[in-house]
Order: sequence, then structure tokens, then C-alpha cells
Amino acid sequence: MDRAATDSTIRSLIEPFNKKLVEVTDATTFAGDLEFDSLTVMDFVAAIEDEFDIIISMNQQAEIETYGQLVDAVTKLQGE
Amino acid sequence: MSEGVTQADQPTVREGESRDLFSKFDETIKVRETLLASGVEDPFSLVMEKVLSPTRAICNGRDTILLGTYNYMGMTFDPDVIEAGKQALEDYGAGTTGSRVLNGTYQGHKECEEALKEFYAMDHAMVFSTGYQANLGIISTIAGKGDYIVLDIDSHASIWDGCSMGKAEIVPFKHNDIEAMEKRLKRIPEGAGILVVLEGVYSMLGDIAPLKEMVAVAKKYGAMVLVDEAHSMGFIGEHGRGVCEQAGCIDNVDFIIGTFSKSVGTVGGFCVSNHPKFEIMRLVCRPYVFTASLPPSVVATAATSIRKLMHGSNKRAHLWENSKRLHGGLTEMGFQLGTAEPQSAIVAVIMPDLERGAAMWEALLKEGLYVNLARPPATPANMTLLRCSLCAEHSEEEVETILGMFERAGKAVGII
Repeated sequence: MDRAATDSTIRSLIEPFNKKLVEVTDATTFAGDLEFDSLTVMDFVAAIEDEFDIIISMNQQAEIETYGQLVDAVTKLQGE
Repeated sequence: MSEGVTQADQPTVREGESRDLFSKFDETIKVRETLLASGVEDPFSLVMEKVLSPTRAICNGRDTILLGTYNYMGMTFDPDVIEAGKQALEDYGAGTTGSRVLNGTYQGHKECEEALKEFYAMDHAMVFSTGYQANLGIISTIAGKGDYIVLDIDSHASIWDGCSMGKAEIVPFKHNDIEAMEKRLKRIPEGAGILVVLEGVYSMLGDIAPLKEMVAVAKKYGAMVLVDEAHSMGFIGEHGRGVCEQAGCIDNVDFIIGTFSKSVGTVGGFCVSNHPKFEIMRLVCRPYVFTASLPPSVVATAATSIRKLMHGSNKRAHLWENSKRLHGGLTEMGFQLGTAEPQSAIVAVIMPDLERGAAMWEALLKEGLYVNLARPPATPANMTLLRCSLCAEHSEEEVETILGMFERAGKAVGII
């Protein structure tokens, strides 16, 4: 799946977690803009992992702060 | 070599302001100040002025029933345990002043490890200075770069800290969710080393893990399994070896981590294992090597207590009775509990919020009852809990008294 397709899939996965209907751009941060707490992060990450059949370890999650970085990481992980 | 090494630091110069490293704690400080401003007695600075027995103490000047200790089997005042400690204190002195691998291994440390090997019927036992260090040391040492640690999201802080200290890839799964665990195991690249970390009893809600199924799944994917049985030792399983014994899967568990600060009644931690190369841990595990060993009196009390726990089946039965009665009584009154059925010696009462939790905690303390007030980040799902942990030395009458206290306090605070 290319970056655009990955983006659109993740965009639909994030909807149920985006309670405040924040507009999501590549620069949107999970902790700051979306106010995800640790449990939300776990559920959201699990949804992505199941959809793409990948693992995003906590070590990798620590490097991901923005939506754009997440899409990049998932695009890359699918190729591995 | 990176450029950074040849370049001098170029910090931004801020005039007239210094950065206070403590500013990151401002929010925590505010929450605490708001709580105390409501006039409630500080739940996190209680002092026990006098300890009368495993179940009673003078707390903040009041005669109080203790329902928030981990003294499950009441061993702290066992006469044989006390005597062993006194004798070791006289014979071997107050402390070892050294590491286990240098001058800090005394006869008592070896005897304590022998007692553990017998208790668990395992080949190897390694005693650490605390339970926290046992998890920190074993997890960070055995799972290295390129390995994977798959663990329950509600794991104890000592497990998470062991993960942070090591270099392995950390993959958490939803609490007690066998399917979520399997999905993650399935995706781990072939050939990578895997450590699955589970707990027998999860101490916040007092619920147990479906270890039979989980250990089987872990083994299917070639993982090694570590189970923390801190809150079940001496109480759950035919020989008190924990939830993995009760579930019949102890032979497939590679490492059991435990502590002396709960049922054993003193302080210290341990790991038992049948791994043929286990003894090398003593040389490569930094939290074992770079700290002083336990004082002789502590290992003597631990060894004596562990041996007595092997024959504690009557006490175990009474502790189960206590747990069932408290759980049933609180449920009848309308309190919301962490588990639908009593699964361990911990009964967690779920509070609507921190304010009412603290008010309830204080009302109980004034009634003469001490329980643990637990709040985030220690608790799952941001819950505020009043955690009750029962002791085999709580009498039947005491449990009834406790229920009466809960009823009065719950009504006064408006929770029931």
C-alpha cells in the first residue's frame, strides 16, 4: 500500500478515537492536539497493527509524535 | 564519529531566567494541593506509630485495623520468624556492606535460596535486595537488542522499568486478552528471541490471569515465559506456588519472580528457574551485582517464613474465607468492585473519582480502618481505587467489623 492509501486507511481508523473532531493534518500531534492518553494510544496502535498486520513496538512509538510520522512509519513497516 | 563530538555545545542563552527542572512536576503538585485544600487527611503520608499485630496498628494516633498491607499470611510477627531474625542479627551483625558477588553472600543467603528451591521445586533460586530489583534485573538482562518483550499493558512498574532499562523491542497487549497477545506473537519476525511477561495476580484490581491459556500460546510461538507471582505466593495453588501452579502450567513457566515483602513478611525479591544456564545471571545482572545484599536478619526471617509457608494450608483456607466474606458483603451493600468474584486476597473497591475516593479513605481511617488509596498512574483506566488486602490473621469478627465500617463510611460520603 502506498503512502496515500495508507494515509486514507489510518484516517478512517483514527475517527473513533478523535473524540473532539480535531482536524487531522500531517503536523497534528497525538499527545498535544488529539490528547491521547496511554490507553487510547494502546487501542489505536492495536487497531493499526491489526489492519496492516504489523508490529509498532513501543520503542518505535516513542519516535512518532505526529500523524505524518505515523503514516510514514506504517508505510515503511509494510515494506519490511 | 558524529559531528556532535567535535562541535562545542551551543545552548540558547536565556537572560534573567533559569530553567527549573522541577517545573515538569507542576501538574502533580497542583493535583495534590487541590486535594489537601479540601481538608482531607493526606492519604500518602500516613505514619504507623505503633504496630500491634499483623492486622492492627496505631496510625496517626488511632487504633486501626490494617486492611491495606500485603501481609497476606500474617508472618511479620510469627514467633519463629522473629527468633530467627534476632539470632542472625546477633550472630552475623546488622548488615553485609557488600554485593552478593563479593563479600555479601553469607550462609543465610544460601539457606534462603535453598528454601526457595524447595518451596517451588525448582533447580535455581536467586535472591535480590527487593522484588522491584528482581523484575528490573531479570527482564533487562535476559531480553537484549533484537529480542522482543510481549507484556500485559497493566504490568507492574517494576516490569515496565525492566523493559525501559533493557534494549529489547517492547510490545504490550490489552490486559488479560489472549487473542491480542497471540496476534502480536504471530507478527514477530522469525528467529527473534521472545520473552512473554505475565503476572499471576494483578494487584490493582486483584484479578488473576488466564495463565493456562496464555502460557500455552506463548510456548506455541517459542517464547520464554516469566510470571510475576508476587501477590499469590503462599496463598494460591496447592503448595502456594502461585496462579501458575493453580492453573497447572508451572512446568512451562521459565522464570517465576516473587518478593519477600508480601506473604513472606519481610523485604527482598527473587527469581526461581529450571533454566540450565540460570546461574550466570549472578554475574551479568546489574541490579543483582551493583547493590548491597540483604542484611543477615532479613534473609534469616525470610528463610524461616518460606519454610513455614510450605505448611500453611489452614491459614490459606481461612484467608479465602475472609476474601469471600468481604467481597460478598461489599457487593451486597452496593459497592462496585474490581472483580465480579473474589479471585485473590485483594478486593478493590472502585471509587467514582479521586475526591470522593479520598473522602471515603479518610472516613474509613476515622472509623479505624486503613485501606490503600490507589490512583493513576498506578491504576488501570485512570481509576481511583480503595484497595483492601486481607490477611489470614483477620478474624471472622474483624471482617464483620470492617464491613460495618464500610457501610457507615460509604453512606456518609454518599457512595452507597
